[in-house]
Amino acid sequence: MRVSVSWLREYVDLPADLPTGDLEQALVNLGIEVESAVDLAATVTGQLVVGEVREIEELTGFKKPIRFCRVDVGDANGTGEPQEIVCGARNFAVGDRVVVILPGGVLPGGFAIGARKTYGHNSAGMICSAKELGLGDDHSGIIVLGSDVTAKPGDDARPVVGLDDVVLELEITPDRGYALSLRGLARELSHAFDVPLRDPALAPAPGGTQTPAYPVEVRDPVGCDRFTARLVRGVDPSAPTPSWMQQRLVTAGIRSISLPVDITNYVMLELGQPMHAFDADRIVGSLVVRRAEAGEKLTTLDGVTRVLTADDMVICDAGLDNAVGGEGGGVPISLAAVMGGETSEVVDGTTTVLFEAAHWDPAMVGRTARRHKLFSEAAKRWERGVDPAVALVALERAVGLLTEHGGGTPSAEVLDIDHVRPRTPITLPADLPTRRVGVEYPPARVVALLERVGCTVAQGADRLSEDPGAVGVASGAGAALSVTPPTWRPDLTDPADLVEEVVRLDGYDKVPSVLPTAPPGRGLTPRQRRRRAVAGSLAERGYVEVLAHPFVSPELADQLGLPADDPRRPAVRLANPLSEEEPLLRTTLLGPLLGILKRNLGRGHRDLALYEIGAVFHPRPGAGSPPAMGVDRRPTDAEFAAADAVVPAQPVHVAVVLTGDVDPAGWWGAGRPAGWADAIEAARDVLAAAGIPDERVEVRAASTPRGTPAVAPSCGSTARSSGTPVSCTRRWWRRWSCPAAPARWSWTSTRCRRPRWRPRRRSPASRRR
Amino acid sequence: MSYRNDPYDPKQVALLDPAALAEAVADATKAFEAAADPDALTALRSVHLGDRSPVSLARREIGALPPAAKSDAGKRVNEARRAIETAYADRAEVVEREQAERVLVEERVDVTLPYARRPRGARHPLSTLMESISDLFVGMGYEVAEGPEVDLEWVNFDALNIPADHPARGLMDTFHIAPEGSGLVLRTHTSTVQTRTMLSRKPPIYVIVPGRVYRTDEIDATHSPVFHQAEGLVVDKGITMAHLRGTLDHFARAMFGPEAKTRWRPHYFPFTEPSAEFDVWFPEHRDGPQWVEWGGCGMVNPRVLRACGVDPEVYSGFAFGMGIDRTLMVRHGVSDIRHLFEGDVRFSRALGAGA
Repeated sequence: MRVSVSWLREYVDLPADLPTGDLEQALVNLGIEVESAVDLAATVTGQLVVGEVREIEELTGFKKPIRFCRVDVGDANGTGEPQEIVCGARNFAVGDRVVVILPGGVLPGGFAIGARKTYGHNSAGMICSAKELGLGDDHSGIIVLGSDVTAKPGDDARPVVGLDDVVLELEITPDRGYALSLRGLARELSHAFDVPLRDPALAPAPGGTQTPAYPVEVRDPVGCDRFTARLVRGVDPSAPTPSWMQQRLVTAGIRSISLPVDITNYVMLELGQPMHAFDADRIVGSLVVRRAEAGEKLTTLDGVTRVLTADDMVICDAGLDNAVGGEGGGVPISLAAVMGGETSEVVDGTTTVLFEAAHWDPAMVGRTARRHKLFSEAAKRWERGVDPAVALVALERAVGLLTEHGGGTPSAEVLDIDHVRPRTPITLPADLPTRRVGVEYPPARVVALLERVGCTVAQGADRLSEDPGAVGVASGAGAALSVTPPTWRPDLTDPADLVEEVVRLDGYDKVPSVLPTAPPGRGLTPRQRRRRAVAGSLAERGYVEVLAHPFVSPELADQLGLPADDPRRPAVRLANPLSEEEPLLRTTLLGPLLGILKRNLGRGHRDLALYEIGAVFHPRPGAGSPPAMGVDRRPTDAEFAAADAVVPAQPVHVAVVLTGDVDPAGWWGAGRPAGWADAIEAARDVLAAAGIPDERVEVRAASTPRGTPAVAPSCGSTARSSGTPVSCTRRWWRRWSCPAAPARWSWTSTRCRRPRWRPRRRSPASRRR
Repeated sequence: MSYRNDPYDPKQVALLDPAALAEAVADATKAFEAAADPDALTALRSVHLGDRSPVSLARREIGALPPAAKSDAGKRVNEARRAIETAYADRAEVVEREQAERVLVEERVDVTLPYARRPRGARHPLSTLMESISDLFVGMGYEVAEGPEVDLEWVNFDALNIPADHPARGLMDTFHIAPEGSGLVLRTHTSTVQTRTMLSRKPPIYVIVPGRVYRTDEIDATHSPVFHQAEGLVVDKGITMAHLRGTLDHFARAMFGPEAKTRWRPHYFPFTEPSAEFDVWFPEHRDGPQWVEWGGCGMVNPRVLRACGVDPEVYSGFAFGMGIDRTLMVRHGVSDIRHLFEGDVRFSRALGAGA
């Protein structure tokens, strides 16, 4: 969410000269991540001043019309003479006030402004468009200041165009829907700075009337537990969105469309209530809110025709005939909570606007958004939780903004279909925060903090003094608080959630540091120790450990020359692989390891001995789906065992590959190429390191299918481990376009100093001769 | 030296003549002087001092002399022999010294020649780092727990309080196993082992879980679909957030030096409540001392405890998790995560021993 600090200040009295850094820190301490904080004043350097156009000379004979202007910039240029500027825009006239950047200034993007000769005239400075100032995408012309602007020529133009603001880009966690609004953010900041909040949701709003503003029938109060609506008639369809509203929408990353639509988005940003504006004249009958019938179709605002499922909620026009949808179910005109439909949207000539503010089931909206891949701003808010109590205020705010800027008359009738169930209080032992956090919170402090986030706290099982400020209740197992969270915090459902609110507002930095004492442990398991010994022994013998990605292609089995009935052929398949070419998980380490070998060869290494230790994946044939298990209790051992039986077998394997010389050539003499015996030696080393004595290792030749490894001795010990070190035929190797061969000995030195990785270019490795 | 008492021989007795002895000494001295190296000199020793050398033969003749002459002759022979031995010793010292000097010149070697007859192997730095993290916690009494990389969705999500329709589930960028409805995923976090550990053993639980995890991130300088986490889980009576902080502080100092400390930011994780993200102060950072984002932590959500059969009224716990890849990169100034998985042997060789 992107929001400007000046807008936030409308709801919360932040300290006047609050450094941006402090504001960032406060937000972070409240659990709101600040992606960026941009001081707009610093994005344009040099003199950016208000100018008044004195003379315009039209220049002809160029590819496009060009104007040579004399602009009064007061004393800003040091001479008091009008500034001579060549300008390509045409949307201004003599007497207009514009925004001028004088030579020496730098626009966003590092665009330095100077004095230069262009189109046959000297141009000293530039008249700016909104886009050039980084204020939006409007590049159709330069900024012409409105008549309501009082600034004189030569005045700093930054405050005039909104370049004196700080724009925050905030990352809101999925549990805090309310913080996706100015209202929520202002509330959080009021906690941080302990300053008053002017909650826009407390504005007066008329309640529902006997006669509805528009006939609406809600057939599924589970999917939609509140539906409010109001009409505005006689709206001026040509009324533009005021520039300040456009500015705030653009800052938030929302495109300006039309006054009624912009107002719904603006109210969503302000109050957190997603809304929809219908053109009432384009709706035939009454509205029906219901689940869609599977297969029903709706063309949404983005022009995409969507096939609906029985889980989606839709708003329908009952005046239209429909074969499905039940008696009088109408035709869907809006995909509820996610996106409106084409047939009822506000268009250029709309004069009768029906505002809707409803409350939808968050889980339903999440499923619908994912199913239709429509992650609109509204859907994002619904999924994270919207305050069901703010609908009427939002409606009133929207109606107010529309009549103010677009004229028209609001209907006296207000529709409010309210099935919202009141929240049940949470019982919180008063000492739970202390017990969970390790900081002593007196019950009075707990109460005060919870009330600050908007909770209503009442005495629970034990007595709590009437005045929380003078609480005399002893902390202890007995004292319990009955806490009703505010309507805008659907995330607060458990005592643990309330504990978090307490420690969050009190400050995470106050939690002390205490090391717990674990009972004596048993150290590493034999299996873990064995794995380390194997890894260490291979490294000591000159092998370099690598970690490959386990994604492999279906062709790999053939490339490896695996027989048709080889157990390494069936593989676990990903439903959504990153690369369609590699949808399988490895059943042998060899494939990915050879890939890494190849990459090293490509970088100019010649003598290589690599190893990897890692899991391989073998599917359970015919395992089916695991049984469904709940989370309200532990699954029984039998239930979990049945589910666990579906999980693929994932044994840990070790593999080595070698190529080039085992003993490298050098000034001391010729090298010795790796051979099949080196591979067997590596296998013996692994077994020895794993604690399997040599006399229990038997090496024998394995059957070698045609075109596959020529020598394939298998090292087996008494059933505890077996493997197949292979040396390969030239033909086999050619498939990998590698020179062939297999292993040898070496030693690793230990380094005590912390080595530092210096990034290297992917240039060939240097090779010593 | 031994000799036989030979029968008298007037010709041999001539050797006892002073002139003859003097000649023998002169011959020997001359021959020694001519010897150029210790081997040649040693060969001359038997000629001039051995059993068949003139002085030895002269000594043998003494027995044939009349008793009155024996003493005089013996003295002469011994003097001559001593003279030869002295000459030998003097020459030996010279030639040995000369040879030593010659060897220093002739057998000079360039010890700086590149020497890589037995190329070094190396562990992968991530493996080394995972082992040192394990060792740190084993030293505190923890045990190292493990779990499968392909796991049940229930273990990866449901049991950790991430229901099917929860937005947090969508944020996880999960690899699903085909076919649809398999109920299996590549684990998105090592927290799966929280679930499995609590299902398989009773508290007190103190475990550390280093392991490999998967997300559907396209590969770039800071993202990899495969990466590594270390997860800590403690479930015991009376566990508080203060214990969590103490553990993280200790961990941070072990990883980032004695000056390191942690800072918490409130955050949201479905499986912990309260939750925080934590940063670590790293004074030796490549770009100067600074806070580095390290991981997430919190008190185990009672809903998770309940789903795993632990009574939240009796036990509480904390959990934390951090990226091992990121720790490695920050500690060693690695700017591109791709280095970790490309398998270039230079990377493992450079960092494998020190991580």
